[in-house]
Amino acid sequence: MTGTINLDGQTIPFTEGQTIIEAATAAGVYIPHLCHKPGYTPHGSCKLCTVKVNGRNCSACTFPAADGQTVISNNDELAHDRRRITQMLFVEGNHFCPSCEKSGNCQLQGVAYHLQMYDNHFPHFFALREVDASHPDILIDHNRCIFCNLCVRASQEKDGKNVFGIAGRGINKRLVINSPSGQLKDSDIAVDDCAAHICPTGAILIKRTGFQVPIGQRIYDHKQISEVALAAEGGSCSRPAAALAPSQEVAHDK
Amino acid sequence: MKTFLDTVLAKANYQPVRLMSILRDVQAEYRHIPAEAIDILAVALKIPRTQIIAVVEFYSFFHLTPQGRYDILISDSITDRMLDKENLLSYLSSALKVKVGEVRADGLVSLNNTSCTGMCDQGPAGLVNGLALTRLDRPKIDEIAILIEGQTPLQEWPAHLFAVNDNIHKAGLLLNASFEKGTAIQAAFSNGTSSTLAELDYSGLRGRGGAGFKTAMKWRFCAEEKADAHYVVCNADEGEPGTFKDRVLLNSYADQVFEGMTLCAAIIGAKQGFLYLRGEYLHLYDKLQATLAQRRDENLLGTDILGLGLDFDIEICLGAGAYICGEESALIESLEGKPGIPRNRPPYPVSSGYLNKPTVVNNVETFMAAANIAIHGGDWFAKVGTEKSTGSKILSICGDCAKPGIYEYPFGTPIRQILDDCGAEDVMGVQIGGPSGTFISNQELDRKLAFEDLATGGSFIVFNHSRNVLAIAQNFTHFFAHESCGFCTPCRVGTSLLKNQLDKIVNGHGSAGDVAELEKICQLVKSNSHCGLGQTAANPILTTLQRYPDVYEKQLKDISYEPGFDLDGSLAIARRMAHRDDAAAHLSQVEE
Repeated sequence: MTGTINLDGQTIPFTEGQTIIEAATAAGVYIPHLCHKPGYTPHGSCKLCTVKVNGRNCSACTFPAADGQTVISNNDELAHDRRRITQMLFVEGNHFCPSCEKSGNCQLQGVAYHLQMYDNHFPHFFALREVDASHPDILIDHNRCIFCNLCVRASQEKDGKNVFGIAGRGINKRLVINSPSGQLKDSDIAVDDCAAHICPTGAILIKRTGFQVPIGQRIYDHKQISEVALAAEGGSCSRPAAALAPSQEVAHDK
Repeated sequence: MKTFLDTVLAKANYQPVRLMSILRDVQAEYRHIPAEAIDILAVALKIPRTQIIAVVEFYSFFHLTPQGRYDILISDSITDRMLDKENLLSYLSSALKVKVGEVRADGLVSLNNTSCTGMCDQGPAGLVNGLALTRLDRPKIDEIAILIEGQTPLQEWPAHLFAVNDNIHKAGLLLNASFEKGTAIQAAFSNGTSSTLAELDYSGLRGRGGAGFKTAMKWRFCAEEKADAHYVVCNADEGEPGTFKDRVLLNSYADQVFEGMTLCAAIIGAKQGFLYLRGEYLHLYDKLQATLAQRRDENLLGTDILGLGLDFDIEICLGAGAYICGEESALIESLEGKPGIPRNRPPYPVSSGYLNKPTVVNNVETFMAAANIAIHGGDWFAKVGTEKSTGSKILSICGDCAKPGIYEYPFGTPIRQILDDCGAEDVMGVQIGGPSGTFISNQELDRKLAFEDLATGGSFIVFNHSRNVLAIAQNFTHFFAHESCGFCTPCRVGTSLLKNQLDKIVNGHGSAGDVAELEKICQLVKSNSHCGLGQTAANPILTTLQRYPDVYEKQLKDISYEPGFDLDGSLAIARRMAHRDDAAAHLSQVEE
């Protein structure tokens, strides 16, 4: 069964089972998101993709498209709220873009550029979070984790492992590693695992690859995340994903 | 440890869905969840270690480090505070020689705060090793300190320390209804389950948890779902501060509640039901188990109930201190042995609930009402109340009133009458429906108890003129920040931002811009959060800000901007290190 939805005044088709974000992406319309990635079970936690469906706020990544739906994604109110939600992610952790080796390839940063976020707005929490550098090839900087759950899903759904989990409640949430010591080196993660390459921020990094492409020549240094996401995630203007993927993903694809 | 865990695992049939009860047993035995136990459980249950850690860290009553052999938690609800809880807590802390939030060096005792324990009509309240303590005062604390120092086992503590009263002051339609065990099930089968459902529909009964979805419609949707199993879940995770009516219903009307669940099972085709009981109501557990055993003996549960061909049984699952588990999909996650994180919807529980099977989740009071409707008919219920809110509502009333306790009213009753009945004088305002509901001022007492006007799960907290509106909003806002599950950004970060921003104002560091910003954060959290907790977390601020803007205003400094910290105070260490204390080593807060 198929049908159409009205997205920001534009009629776009969908097929049965598609979520709003899937229908939008297929039609070449970008809806900002961080915890969503095609091919992974939708999570609905970052709330950047919040859209108005028949007047009610819903997550576009989990809400099913239905015939005759009126969806608003592109208005001032939603743009403002998305900017504020992104700012919340910045003040909750410790994100120092200029000193982060993911800078320019970071989706959090890319979304912030896209949403014209010029400051952090909210007071910082200055959370005390640690770095796990125990693994020979992979580094975790907990300061940059935004709890998108993509590494958890990648490890379970793609790698057939269970390396990551999210524990804790409220503002005390934390990424935990499935190993007796709690350290990454004692887990069964491998450098080729999808989970090691999926992080949208600089929380999970591959060692010794950081500056192979200089800052200033990286993806979001030149392109809007909307353009990159639509190309990589199956938009109508599709180009090979690898051509635009972050350098680390390119390295992984080889 | 292996032997103990084997016993616990065997009791739970090695089912990962029973992780909550397994961890409760481990916590009770070792006063924490030891790392070694996590390893053994992960292997035995075939679940990742991270799932166990996630569950332990999610629920307030589980700990990764040992708590005292006597683990004391004091309820931090606003009503406990109004009853001098804070002074009592420091008295308790000095009597037991343990700091709040810590374990005493000898490991004998630990002390901390906890969210509302459901004893607001008999506070200040607390828990010792999970068992409810009521009406705490200094003599009782002295008594408790002696019992603990003497290492007296809890079973030998005097019963008066654990006395929990029903305090029913006004019974109405439901609390007065005559009820004989088995009659609701008999009636349902003699009239036919479909006409029983029609009666339920005609009665107009809406869910008593607060959201008010039509019960018959929910049951019909669930019954129509094709699946190899259906489930009935009774939501007894009554965590809204100021609510305790379910505690009373389960203490004195449990048969009616269980019969309502059995009735639902007959209609939707369920063989298994669960009572999800909040951990704070541990004192009810054995009594409820005995009631279930009795019902099994009388063939009101089990196979071929009353010879009617109905197979159904009920299992009790205890929570472990997480308000969010009152949200139906979070409750289902908890039943499945996971952290209580609300699911994405759709699908709704009626089509994909427990183990992704069609599931009805209803409040304790809803099942009790349904059982009575099956016996007395839809009209008996429908002729009471208002057009859109039929029947009666059972309320828990506490705070500044002479007779805190349980009251039952027909829907449509004015708030003024309710306040008169409970002996509330000099009323400043009433929190209706708990922190997630509405704070009304004394100018609105002619408003009515009804879904059309003031809907409520059952909590009424009365405040007189001696109370501070900001302290109330602050207590509630801290509560939500503490209880946010942290799944979605706007609630996880937003409730903490709300807490910090309100604290800044209450602590005298606020300016006009801070109140404007506070209101903006409120709107952001309200409209973008994933579930009801986040969508209502700003209500205490929004409803008090609307009614008492002057109270907020009085708390502000006259300047346009005020930093949230003490600038000069922050330089104290630097001055000490530099051996300076001259005028130039001090900074004023802002350039004026």
